[in-house]
Amino acid sequence: MTGTRVRVTMAYVMADQKTLAEQSGDAPYRRMTRPMEGRLLGGVAQGLAAQLKLDPVVIRLMFVLLSVVHGVGMVAYAVLWMVTPRKAPERADPQRDWSQLAAFTAIGLALFAFGWLTGASQGGIGMLPFAVGGIGALILWQQADPERRRGWVSGAALSMRKNRIRTPLGVGLVVVGAIGFLYSQGELAQARPGLMFTIVVVGGLAVIAAPWLAGLWKELQLERRERIRQEERAEVAAMVHDSVLHTLTLIQRVAHDPREVSRLARSQERELRNWLYQPAQDADATLAAAVRRIAAEEEDAHGVPIEVVCVGDIALDSAGRLGAMLKAARQAMVNAAKYAESPAISVYAEVEGEEATIFVKDRGKGFDLADVPLDRMGIRESIIGRMERHGGTARVRTEPGEGTEVMLTMKLEKA
Amino acid sequence: MTRVLIVDDHRLFRSGVRAELGDSIEVVGEAEDVETAVRAIAAHQPDVVLLDVHMPGGGGQEVLRRVLGSGSQVRFLALSVSDAAEDVIGVIRGGARGYVTKNISGKELTDAIRRVAEGDAVFSPRLAGFVLDAFASSEVPSIDPELDSLTQREREVLRLIARGYAYKEIAKELFISVKTVETHVSSVLRKLQLSNRHELSRWATARRLV
Repeated sequence: MTGTRVRVTMAYVMADQKTLAEQSGDAPYRRMTRPMEGRLLGGVAQGLAAQLKLDPVVIRLMFVLLSVVHGVGMVAYAVLWMVTPRKAPERADPQRDWSQLAAFTAIGLALFAFGWLTGASQGGIGMLPFAVGGIGALILWQQADPERRRGWVSGAALSMRKNRIRTPLGVGLVVVGAIGFLYSQGELAQARPGLMFTIVVVGGLAVIAAPWLAGLWKELQLERRERIRQEERAEVAAMVHDSVLHTLTLIQRVAHDPREVSRLARSQERELRNWLYQPAQDADATLAAAVRRIAAEEEDAHGVPIEVVCVGDIALDSAGRLGAMLKAARQAMVNAAKYAESPAISVYAEVEGEEATIFVKDRGKGFDLADVPLDRMGIRESIIGRMERHGGTARVRTEPGEGTEVMLTMKLEKA
Repeated sequence: MTRVLIVDDHRLFRSGVRAELGDSIEVVGEAEDVETAVRAIAAHQPDVVLLDVHMPGGGGQEVLRRVLGSGSQVRFLALSVSDAAEDVIGVIRGGARGYVTKNISGKELTDAIRRVAEGDAVFSPRLAGFVLDAFASSEVPSIDPELDSLTQREREVLRLIARGYAYKEIAKELFISVKTVETHVSSVLRKLQLSNRHELSRWATARRLV
């Protein structure tokens, strides 16, 4: 019963959301209007742009281009103006974008003069296909990636408005080009002025397009920065989630076992500390890093805190002498953790001059070295024997009740 | 009775320390940031200030600068969760007489406070390791040979501290008195604070970056 009601409510909510989306989003078949805000002439281009989901600038350029060819653009604009209702402005005095209007007028005049002089507008050289092709290219450019372009265009429109110098400059360029053309028309060969004119028109277009390109670049940089930030955030979140939250959950589950709780807390603390303070260390690259890793592993395995202090460092050698030393050190830590009943173990690794030394000390019950049976491999074989086979030495200092200290020394071969 | 002031921005931690300290220590006040710390120290004149390194308003180093800069003789023991070299060396050079990490046991902390109150220095194994590491690189010619290098004996003492020996054990190991061990450690502390070896600070920063 309740379930059904919930489902019905859900359906309502979903239906509501759908209507909302249709109202707020660009509904495909809504009536075209002429917005007054930001218009250049009558707002036809803007309205058409909104209707076709294109950029107004593209539509405006299209009208300009079409006007040059038999004045088609002008007629079309006039017709659309008449049939399209005005959209009530939101503000009291809707602003015209005069700087853009000036730029478009200049381009239009230049193109018109060009067409008239070369006879292109009379269809002499078949200008219509060019105009259509040009418009098509503009629309293609506009449609290439609408999602992204929207961001660029909004940024560009902003910078266009901010940049009051750039637009007059473009207009000036076009005007100067037109004057220059008219002046030189008599003397220069027929192709020359046409070429020059084209350059001037392209220059004008470039000036108009420059804010877009700048906006585009800025947008890309922004996106990049944002992405890096997001990646960092994701890394922190992953770290907190994978380790910290996990450990906290585990601690709650084993709350009855103080030893396990402190082991978990310690291992988490170590992990967090490494992450915060230690640069990413390759545990297989240097002695200090390897000692830290081994201590961490044994601490985890046996639940006894192991404090590590390292002084100096050296890259691990290929001959494996330091590798053997590390194995001996690990065995010493295992012994201390397993048998010494010590509350904590201290490990000190030092590389000084031509010698590497590792000390493993506990404050446990200690033992009498003479009493260790010959078949006990731990100390005799894994520590002392191993060190001696590789040219190092191992000393064990212990007494019942006094704790144990294992000292490993290895000569370093000269590089 | 040693009079102690606890400066830490975590209330939970302050009450934890209060509960852990032995009977020989009287906590005369608490402070939670640089401003309240400076005021509380002036008001209570404690024997020892337990000072957190990371705090709002400039951290422990700022407290040290303002209190010791005004000529106060109060002694500081830095107590921090961080064991980054730049924090440790920074706060010692700022004038703290010792540095211990927050996972220290109550008994050890009581011991360390007593030692600082008596004018001695307190070095944790990690701090000893840092100092050995910092003074080890001796390629750069020193300006003041007395301040810029450790004596053989001081080095031995520091190594034993780094190996996890207590002062008493060090004394036994080196056949000297505990008092002499304390003298050596205080001497190292003085060098650490007064030596103008640029490497000290640079080294501490580099350790974080490398």
